[in-house]
Amino acid sequence: MIEMDWIWGLIGGLTIGCGGAVYLLGNGRIMGASGIIGGLVDGSGRHEWADRMAFLAALIIAPALVVYFSGSIAQTNLTGNIVMVVLAGLLVGLGTRIGNGCTSGHGVCGISRLSPRGIVATLVYIAAGALIVVALRAMFGGL
Amino acid sequence: MRHLLSILSGGLFGIGLYLSGMTNTDKVQGFLDFFGSWDPTLAFVMGGAILPMAGAWALTRGRKPLIGGDFPERPEAKFDRKLIVGAILFGMGWGLVGLCPGPALASLGFGGVGGLVFLAAMLLGMLAAPKARLMLDRA
Repeated sequence: MIEMDWIWGLIGGLTIGCGGAVYLLGNGRIMGASGIIGGLVDGSGRHEWADRMAFLAALIIAPALVVYFSGSIAQTNLTGNIVMVVLAGLLVGLGTRIGNGCTSGHGVCGISRLSPRGIVATLVYIAAGALIVVALRAMFGGL
Repeated sequence: MRHLLSILSGGLFGIGLYLSGMTNTDKVQGFLDFFGSWDPTLAFVMGGAILPMAGAWALTRGRKPLIGGDFPERPEAKFDRKLIVGAILFGMGWGLVGLCPGPALASLGFGGVGGLVFLAAMLLGMLAAPKARLMLDRA
């Protein structure tokens, strides 16, 4: 049976892909969230800071506006365990910049051009994530 | 022009992440829960996003970006230590709380204090990454 969530996943996914297509065909760049923000953090992308800031501002503001005007209650359901949140943030920031990409760069943009690096990175981070989820289940009996 | 395209692209990316449910960490961890009650939504999101992107890559052939310059070159199929170690560390953090960089930013407007804490930690990790890359190169 097809669930509504899957349909929304597909619709949202198509929207994400259109964003990536605009960035690629328009600006000639790969739409990778970690690369765009990371280049500002470590200074490697400083020469195009305004461009990156424009992208990031829209990325933050557009969904907030959708939530606000649709009157829906958006839940991130992020764990309240602050130690875990900090640890996860550090790992995500460090890992995406060491490995040069995240779900958008390696995943969406890499797989769609059949980049071997993107495909391998995606398989590795999904496997690592799945192992952590198994470990969390074993330790806490749930997520 | 260039900034407008960035705004359009970032806006579509953010709205797509929200609509797809990927700003909900339960959906992401549900996808990674292969041995529990697996939630395939993320696979639909990936598949949906890859479709227009594959079309866009096909359109790059023999063309130039709208604002000029060149399209990114195809990276060499090199699986160095940085790619693998980076992907492992990222995957661990991703599985731990269900957030990656895109959704972390897209949910900032409604993600409360936890979302801000995650972002701060992520930026710190990114700041430390160039040093870690050097270390991995030398090791």
